[in-house]
Parts: sequence; C-alpha cells; structure tokens
Amino acid sequence: MSDRSQPLNLWQVFFAVVKRDLLLAFRRRQDLANPLIFFVIVISLFPLGVSPEPAFLATSAAGVVWVAALLATLLSLDAMFRADYEDGALEQMILTPQPLFLLVLGKILAHWLVTGLPLILLSPVLAIMLHLDESLLAILVLTLLVGTPVLSLIGAIGAALTVGLRVGGVLISLLILPLYIPVLIFGTGTVQAAAAGSEYAGFLAIQGAILMLALALAPFAAAAGLKISASN
Amino acid sequence: MWSSFKRWFHQWGSPKWFYERSLVWSRWLGVIALVCIPAGILWGLLFAPEDYQQGNSFRIIYLHVPAAVLAQSCYVLMAAAGFVGLVWKMKVADVVLKSAAPIGASFCFLALFTGAVWGKPTWGTWWVWDARLTSMLILLFLYFGVIALESAIQDAITAGKAAAVLCIVGVVNIPIIKYSVEWWNTLHQPATFKLTEKPAMPMEMWLPLLIMIIGIYAFFGYALFLRSRNEIIERERRTLWVRELVERESAA
Repeated sequence: MSDRSQPLNLWQVFFAVVKRDLLLAFRRRQDLANPLIFFVIVISLFPLGVSPEPAFLATSAAGVVWVAALLATLLSLDAMFRADYEDGALEQMILTPQPLFLLVLGKILAHWLVTGLPLILLSPVLAIMLHLDESLLAILVLTLLVGTPVLSLIGAIGAALTVGLRVGGVLISLLILPLYIPVLIFGTGTVQAAAAGSEYAGFLAIQGAILMLALALAPFAAAAGLKISASN
Repeated sequence: MWSSFKRWFHQWGSPKWFYERSLVWSRWLGVIALVCIPAGILWGLLFAPEDYQQGNSFRIIYLHVPAAVLAQSCYVLMAAAGFVGLVWKMKVADVVLKSAAPIGASFCFLALFTGAVWGKPTWGTWWVWDARLTSMLILLFLYFGVIALESAIQDAITAGKAAAVLCIVGVVNIPIIKYSVEWWNTLHQPATFKLTEKPAMPMEMWLPLLIMIIGIYAFFGYALFLRSRNEIIERERRTLWVRELVERESAA
C-alpha cells in the first residue's frame, strides 16, 4: 500500500484484510458484544425453560453451549460482507489482482477472531453454571476451538450468497443450519464420549477432518458466491 | 468422435432444442411411469409374499425405498446440473436445477413420512434420531434452502448460479446418507439394493421393487421435463421462437 510499483505479496494482502476487519470491528464495539450477550441469554433460557435440575443440566450442558454458540455465530454472519457490499469495497476486492478466496479467508479469520474466540473464552464460565463436570471443561473448550472456525467458514458461504438480498438474515439460517448439523453432532459427540469414559479421540479427529475440509473448500465457495452476488 | 460428442453436448446449451426434443422424451417417460407404477404397486401390495419377520407391514417398502433413492439421486442431479451451469453457463442446466428442487423435496418428505409409518410397527416408534434418519432430514432442509434461495433472488440467472453453489456445497451430505447405515450402528436396515451383490430378499419380493424404482424414476423424469418446459417458456418469453410458438399454438 505504500509503494505502488511493487505488487503486494499474498501474505501482506491477507494480513491487510484481517487487520482492516479487526479495526472496523473494534470501532463498532457494541456490534461485537451483541452475539456474546445473545449467547449468554440463550444459555440461560435452557435451565429456566427446561429444568434447573443439576443432574439434567450436567448431561445437556455441552449440547446447550454448542447450540447457543451455533445460533450466536449465525446471528453475526449477515454482517460479514454486508457493509463491504453496500459501500463498494467488495467490488474493489473482487477486482484486486490477488485471488479473492485469500481475501475471503482473511475476512473469515477476522470474523472468527471477533465472534468465535470470545464465545470460546466465555464458554467455560457458562458450562460451570450448567454444572458440567469440571474434567470435561477442557474437552468442551477444545471441541469449540476446532468447531467454531468451521462455523465461520461454512457461514461465509451463506453470507456470500445472500449479501445482495434484503431478506438475508432469515435466509442464511435456512441455507447454513443444515450444513452446521454435522459440526454440532461431532462437537457434542466428543464431549459425550468423554463423559461416558470412552475414547473420544476419534470424534475429535473427525472434527479436525471437517475443519480441514472446510478450510480447503469453503473460501472458494464463498468467493464464488461473492462474485455471483456482486454481479447482480 | 470427439467433435460429434462436442456437438451433441453443445446442443444442450440451446433451450429451444431442449424444448422441442423434451416433449417426446417426457411422453415416453410418462408411459413408462404409467405402466410401471401401477404394476409395481399392485404386485407389491397384493401378490408379493409376506415377510417372515415383519408380516404385511414390510409392504410399505415399495413406496419408501423408491422415494428415498430418488430423493438422493435428485440432489446429485441438481449438483451436477449446477456444476454444468456454472462451468458451461448452460441455461438448461439452471432450469433443470430449479425445476428438480421441489420434486426432490416432495420425495424426500415422502421417504421420511413412509419411514415413520413403517417405523411404528417395526421399531415401536415413529422416529429415532439415528444417522440415516437425521441425514435424510438434513437433506430435506437442504432442499428447502435451495428452493428458498431460488425464490429470494429476483434475477433468474443470478438465482441459478447461487443455487448451483449451494447445491454443490450441500452434496457432501449425500455420501453421509448413503454410508450412514454402514459407518454407524443404526436401527435402520442396510441398503436394500446393491448393484454389485445379489439381493438378500427373494425374487418375488425384489422384482416388484425394481419395477417400482424404474417407475418412480420415469415419473421423476416426466415431472422434471414438464416443469423444465414451463420454466423455459417463461424465461424465454421475449425470444422470437417462443413468440412464434405461441402464435402457432393460438392459431391452431
């Protein structure tokens, strides 16, 4: 960006996008807090709505935390590309000589850093409130650490496809939630296997495999989606 | 050889060519469906032998298995059409994708519904959250997503491309459904049909099922061609050949 004659290398572009998105997110701190507050409120609904019984909560804690994390991520997805789409920055990104999927990956990383990571940091506290066994806390955090990047990656596809639409928010849920289900199943499956005292490394390995698959393919799909949305 | 294949393939890029040819194809498929479905249903429900464990309740297989098989292949077809549409920008592929989605969703629902009805006498419950049923439910949600995305985007070409991307992404679910009964221990029985092996059921039970599957596929093709033809006429309404067609039809 300083020297116009030198083209930027790929990593510089990638980190420029991450830095820009983090800066933009930091300037609108309230928007950052909203999914987190939503996360906490959804989790507090379960003991109130279903049963405050500690034994029941302990068995369902992992699932509740996971479902809440999934919904909170979903809530934040619509904003991923919308501002860029509306002010024209997205078109400039598409026109850059660097491959679009790399820029998209940068935006996904920034999205995960401002939504996924805070959710993970908050989750042990909420899991303790749900009476999750303390030996399982680390495993729950581990599953979220492997799983929430997948939520951001797959979510980017839905956000990219719906960015040009007025009804984006609801439609994203419809497009993306079915694809989130395997992530949810293996995320909670890992914790449940550990709770039952059986081997959970296999579940974790499948989660890792899903992450690698999403990491390799989702940026391309999201980039294709953005090009389609921008051409409209 | 190669050039004649290329010519054959490029014909599919013309909605007019597809519209003209598909009338005959849809009629043939309609006839096959009209013969096979009643024959398969009657044979299966009235004449096939009883199952030694499940008695007469197994007969719902003659609707359940064809619907389930079709729901999965319809999604694969949509993903393939989406791929063709994205790569070669064929209008017909977009049209086929859009027209197939509601049909596939209906058959997916039918498979889930008949499965629930079958589950009640056999497993003692309408629904279990096992891998095969859950992944089939996900497939239904994926169909809903494609239909919703198609109808949310005004511009037909953009809608087609967006739906194509979604279909290709969602196709990862298909192998999960297919192999769920082998990878996980589930209540659901293993696949009824395997191309490579001899069927486990006797010929008198298996043959009507095969006829039903052929009939359902023919019906799917028939319905798909009808819907695609309507869609093509609507999308190409400003072209000369549609105008001429309408004038000829209204004159006759």
